[in-house]
Amino acid sequence: MDLYEYQGRALFARHGVPVLDGGVATTVDEAVGLAERLNGRVVVKAQVKVGGRGKAGGVKLADDVEQAREHAGNILGMDIKGHKVGKVMITITADIDSEYYLSFLLDRANRTFLCIASTEGGMDIEQVAEETPDKVLKLPISALTGVDATVAEQIVDRAGFPADLKDQLIDMVVKLWKAFVAEDATLVEVNPLVRTPEGRALALDAKVTLDENAAFRHPDHAELEDSASIDPLEQRAKKADLNYVKLDGEVGIIGNGAGLVMSTLDVVAYAGEKHGNVKPANFLDIGGGASAAVMAAGLEVVLSDPAVKSVFVNVFGGITACDEVANGIVGALNMLSERGETVDKPLVVRLDGNNAELGRSILDEAAHPLVTRVDTMDGAADRAAELAAKGA
Amino acid sequence: MAIFLNENSKIIVQGMTGAEGTKHTRRMLAAGSNVVGGVNPRKAGTKVDFDGTSLPVFASVADAMAETGADTTVVFVPPKFAKDAVVEAVDAEIPLAVVITEGIPVHDSVGFWAHAQAKNNTTRIIGPNCPGVISPGKSNAGIIPADITGSGKIGLVSKSGTLTYQLMYELRDIGFSSCVGIGGDPVIGTTHIDCLEAFQADDETEAIVMIGEIGGDAEERAAEYIKANVTKPVVGYIAGFTAPPGKTMGHAGAIISGSAGTADAKAEALGAAGVRVGKTPSETARLMRDVVKGL
Repeated sequence: MDLYEYQGRALFARHGVPVLDGGVATTVDEAVGLAERLNGRVVVKAQVKVGGRGKAGGVKLADDVEQAREHAGNILGMDIKGHKVGKVMITITADIDSEYYLSFLLDRANRTFLCIASTEGGMDIEQVAEETPDKVLKLPISALTGVDATVAEQIVDRAGFPADLKDQLIDMVVKLWKAFVAEDATLVEVNPLVRTPEGRALALDAKVTLDENAAFRHPDHAELEDSASIDPLEQRAKKADLNYVKLDGEVGIIGNGAGLVMSTLDVVAYAGEKHGNVKPANFLDIGGGASAAVMAAGLEVVLSDPAVKSVFVNVFGGITACDEVANGIVGALNMLSERGETVDKPLVVRLDGNNAELGRSILDEAAHPLVTRVDTMDGAADRAAELAAKGA
Repeated sequence: MAIFLNENSKIIVQGMTGAEGTKHTRRMLAAGSNVVGGVNPRKAGTKVDFDGTSLPVFASVADAMAETGADTTVVFVPPKFAKDAVVEAVDAEIPLAVVITEGIPVHDSVGFWAHAQAKNNTTRIIGPNCPGVISPGKSNAGIIPADITGSGKIGLVSKSGTLTYQLMYELRDIGFSSCVGIGGDPVIGTTHIDCLEAFQADDETEAIVMIGEIGGDAEERAAEYIKANVTKPVVGYIAGFTAPPGKTMGHAGAIISGSAGTADAKAEALGAAGVRVGKTPSETARLMRDVVKGL
């Protein structure tokens, strides 16, 4: 889960990483209230999870409360690369002498953690690493020993950070590492880390990604989720404990196993090239179980997507037996009809693997008018794409 | 031969008394695996009956190894306690730990991996978030269905469980030496490269299927490894060509970050290494059939 800057800033502050005083506002009045409390001269920053907001006019300096009001009014509701701005962060301003870069992150390729530090801050670090690799320190951090003051001192020295900020920076590095571990983050990034003319080190931006697998250790992380910006179908699927991602095509997809479902999306997209360029409408993995109840919950979400013109149910019976899956599909369709839901989109079902014959005969006997059985994945994808193209 | 697991493997199950552990211990036994016991400190000294096979429960992996000579553990312990379970297995120096558990925090996986490395990798870790390893006709450690296919000359390594089953099914008449599900998490123990190396050295394996998916650069590195070290024919498949960037597709590790980790880049790297890459699972199976005909 990626956090907004204001959430990252609050997380930094909680762990003692120095940040600028400020707050977050969802309305102009709230923004004005914050600007008043902060004595007028403030920065108004659009809160969006996308880069380049400065260039898009989403970051403005205000000299007084009236200017803060004007900027907040302009920025709230603004569209930045398809992201609507619903919140602005208001902080006091800082004069900047120099800008640096500091982060801790998961290095999945090397199966360890990594510290990246550089004297070239305020820019895209990947670009800096490409253009001037000698100015970027990349230091692997062992999960067993972590970062104490000694390691932090190494980081500060080897990154080439200024000597007069050394003590402050060692403290910041240790605290940032503690935040990284304590919050189960996969990224904590300070860019820029600035030095003020008075010689203070401050985190001027905060980029944080949290590990959702660690949610059981962090009940407080749930409230960081921005439910307003999540697709309503994704939200509904999440409530039903389904692994669903909304995409922008016409063929609804239900399958078991993440790999098989990803593969199903691809096969449908290829088939769509022959049928009016229809594409998969979603990713939905119903997992190993595939009981009637889970199938019903999945079908309900997929069928309620107005963009969906046909549905492809692609199941390989590994642990699950296909007869149970077939019963699940028939049961789910009946369950939805009994509940008064409109089920009027064609379903193409492919069952293979464990008890496939039995599963297919159950579908044949049920002879549901909306269900077509096709026994190969490629053939079924083609049929589903064709039906979607017809219905579109 | 086969890799990592064979008819002599003695398997214990950490979390055998839980719902998943019980279900799959029964399935492993039914598949002919030599499961010799389970671990649960709170139920040590008791026995669990699996359709007539009575298995002892031990207090620790070390105890179980001392009593039974076990060399393989399959971990079904829930995410909250999984790190401790793997660390315990590593400390007991069991040669193979297969971690089935899905949803382990990545800080915990990085932690137990660092611990295993500090112990000179005495324990091979497979997973987490994986279906395990099967050497058909010999042994099954994990949740891969044992009745899809029998033993044969193809070796398979995959990030995905169901795609493993799909390919095993499509090539069931040829059969497999070993199939290894390495898992869909961002940080895993055994990699594509480890399996390619083992298959290359395995007498029984004559051709290799490698299944990857979006996220990370494991497939790109495997491609380089194949180019330099693998002389047996390799057929590849990558899932997720149509996955949008920035979205996690079911597996915690299946996410395109910026422009990194795309299926196109992976397929291209494999192709450049001489790997025949299928566009769909069925086409991949057909490519493997052609390869086997030519052997």
